[in-house]
Amino acid sequence: MTRFEYHKPHTIKEAIGLMGSLENAKFIAGGTDVMVLIKRKKIAPAHLISLRNINDFSSIDIGDGLQIGGGVTHSDIVANEFIQKRYSALTDAAGKVGSRQIRNVATVSGNICNAAPSADTACPLLVLDADVKIAGPKGERQVPLDDFFLGANRVDLGPGEVVTGFHLPPFGLNTGSAYIKHTRRQAMDLPMVGIAVRVTIRIGGSEIGCKDAFCTIDSISNILRRLEDEELRCEDVRIAMGVVAPRPVRARKAEAALKGKVISEALFEEIAEIAASEAQPRDSIRGEAWYRREMVKVLTKRAILISVDRVLRPDDMILRGHDAASCPRVRG
Amino acid sequence: MKREITFKLNNEERKVEVDPGWTLLYVLREVLELMGTKEGCGYGECGACTVIIDGLSVNSCLYPILEAEGRAVTTIEGLRAASGELHPLQQAFVNEGAVQCGFCTAGMIMSAKALIDENEKPTEDDIKDNIAGNLCRCTGYVQIIDAIKTVAGGGRT
Ligand SMILES: Cc1cc2nc3c(=O)[nH]c(=O)nc-3n(C[C@H](O)[C@H](O)[C@H](O)COP(=O)(O)OP(=O)(O)OC[C@H]3O[C@@H](n4cnc5c(N)ncnc54)[C@H](O)[C@@H]3O)c2cc1C
Ligand code: FES
Ligand code: FES
Repeated sequence: MTRFEYHKPHTIKEAIGLMGSLENAKFIAGGTDVMVLIKRKKIAPAHLISLRNINDFSSIDIGDGLQIGGGVTHSDIVANEFIQKRYSALTDAAGKVGSRQIRNVATVSGNICNAAPSADTACPLLVLDADVKIAGPKGERQVPLDDFFLGANRVDLGPGEVVTGFHLPPFGLNTGSAYIKHTRRQAMDLPMVGIAVRVTIRIGGSEIGCKDAFCTIDSISNILRRLEDEELRCEDVRIAMGVVAPRPVRARKAEAALKGKVISEALFEEIAEIAASEAQPRDSIRGEAWYRREMVKVLTKRAILISVDRVLRPDDMILRGHDAASCPRVRG
Repeated sequence: MKREITFKLNNEERKVEVDPGWTLLYVLREVLELMGTKEGCGYGECGACTVIIDGLSVNSCLYPILEAEGRAVTTIEGLRAASGELHPLQQAFVNEGAVQCGFCTAGMIMSAKALIDENEKPTEDDIKDNIAGNLCRCTGYVQIIDAIKTVAGGGRT
C-alpha cells in the first residue's frame, strides 16, 4: 500500500500553513482524482492535506449572485433548487459527473483545480462568468475562471494556494443556460464534447418572463417561429466548449455574432457553424476530430435552444402542470 | 506511522489501528475481515465497494481511512436485523432473482439503500441514476431495478 501521511486541518489558514511547512504535499478534497492518481502510481505525495474538515467550507449562499464554497460537492449542487432554476447549466453538469457515489464526495473545486480538458463543470462556470476565490500565504485574491485555466491540467495557483470557492453574478429571469455532455455511453463516461451556453433575452426592450410563454409541449423551434414578430433580442451570450482544446474555451466569435441580434433558429444555425470553426478538436479514443467538430455545431445550436426555452418556459411552470387546454395564449 | 481512529461501523463504535495510506475498503476487508464489501476495479468505476457514510453512498476503494474518523459507516453486514431477518432490500433481491454471481450485489444494495433512505418513492429514472455507478455483468439490471421498486414505495409497476 502507498505510504503517505494524512493531515486534517480545520481552517484554511491551517491548511495553507501545513502546505508551507511540508515537503511533497498535495491537497485532497473528494479524492476522486487524487486517490486514483496515487493508486495508479502517477503521483506519490508524502503528505495529503485534506480539505474535507475545514469549517464552513461547504455552504452555498445566495445574495449578490451565488457563492459556492470550496468544499461543495456535485451532489450539493444537484440538490440546490435555486441553482437548478437560475444557474441551470451548472446543475446539468454536476448531475452528469461520474456516478452518485463519485458526486457524493467529489467537489466542484477539485474538478476545476484538476483542470482536465473534459472537466464537466468548467464550461458551465465559464458561461456563468464565475470568479475563482483563492487564499494563500500572501493573502486572498479573486480571478475570472477564464484566466484561471492556463492549459491542460494547469491552473493559476501559486505554492500553497487554495481555492476557497466561486462567485457567480446574479442573473435575471430573462437569462437561461444549459450544458450538454456528449458521451459514448449514458453513464460513467467523460464527455467527448461538452457545450455550455448562457443567453439573456430582451423583447422590445422589456424583460420577458413566463407570462409571455406558450405553456405547451410544442417544440421550442415552433415557439420561436410563433414569436417571430416580437423581436426577441439576444442581449448577452456566452458559449463555452470542452474537450476541443487543451483547456475549456469560449467561442468568442460566435458570441460576438449573436450578441444584440434578433434571434431565430436560422441565426442559431450560423452561430453554431462559427463555434465549430473556433473549435480545435483532436483525434482521440473517445472520438475523431471531424466528428467532434460536427458535434460542436449540433450541440451549440441545441444548447442555445434549450437556454432560450428555459427563459420562455421555466421548468416550474411546466412542473406546476400548466396544461395547454387551460392556457389562454394557446386557446387564443 | 500507524494511528488509532474511532468510527461507528454498523451502529457499533469501533477502534482500529490504521496506516494513513489505507483506504476504507482495505480496512473493512483486510483488518476487520468484513468480506461483504467487494473490490472490483479499485478506481471508482464499478461500485462493488459501495458503502454508506453519514447517509451517502460512497466508493470505499477511494475513501482515505482517516476520513472515516468520527463518521458513521454502514456496510452490507449492517443491514440484517438483530433477529437475523434479511433487510427488505436483501429479501427483494432474492425474490426477484436479482442475484446471480453476487459480486455486485452488496454494492448494488448499498446504493439502493442510500436512495430509498433519502427518497421513499424514487422513480425508475431515480433508481437508474443512483445505480449507474454499480456495474453488473450478469443480470442485465432489469431484475435489480424490479427488486428495488418492490421496496421503494408503491411496489411493482
Ligand atoms: C469513476 C470516476 C468518474 C469520473 N467522472 C467524471 C466526469 O464524468 N466528469 C468529470 O468532469 N470528472 C469526472 N471524474 C473526475 C473527478 O471525479 C472530478 O474531477 C472531481 O470533481 C474531482 O473533485 P475531488 O474533490 O474528488 O478532487 P480531488 O481528487 O480531491 O482533487 C483534484 C485536484 O484538485 C486539487 N484540489 C482539490 N480541491 C482544491 C482546492 N480547494 N484548492 C486547491 N486545490 C484543490 C487537488 O490537489 C488535486 O490536484 C471522475 C472520476 C472518477 C474516479
Ligand atoms: S472497487 Fe471501488 S468502484 Fe470498483
Ligand atoms: S450478479 Fe454478477 S455482477 Fe451482478
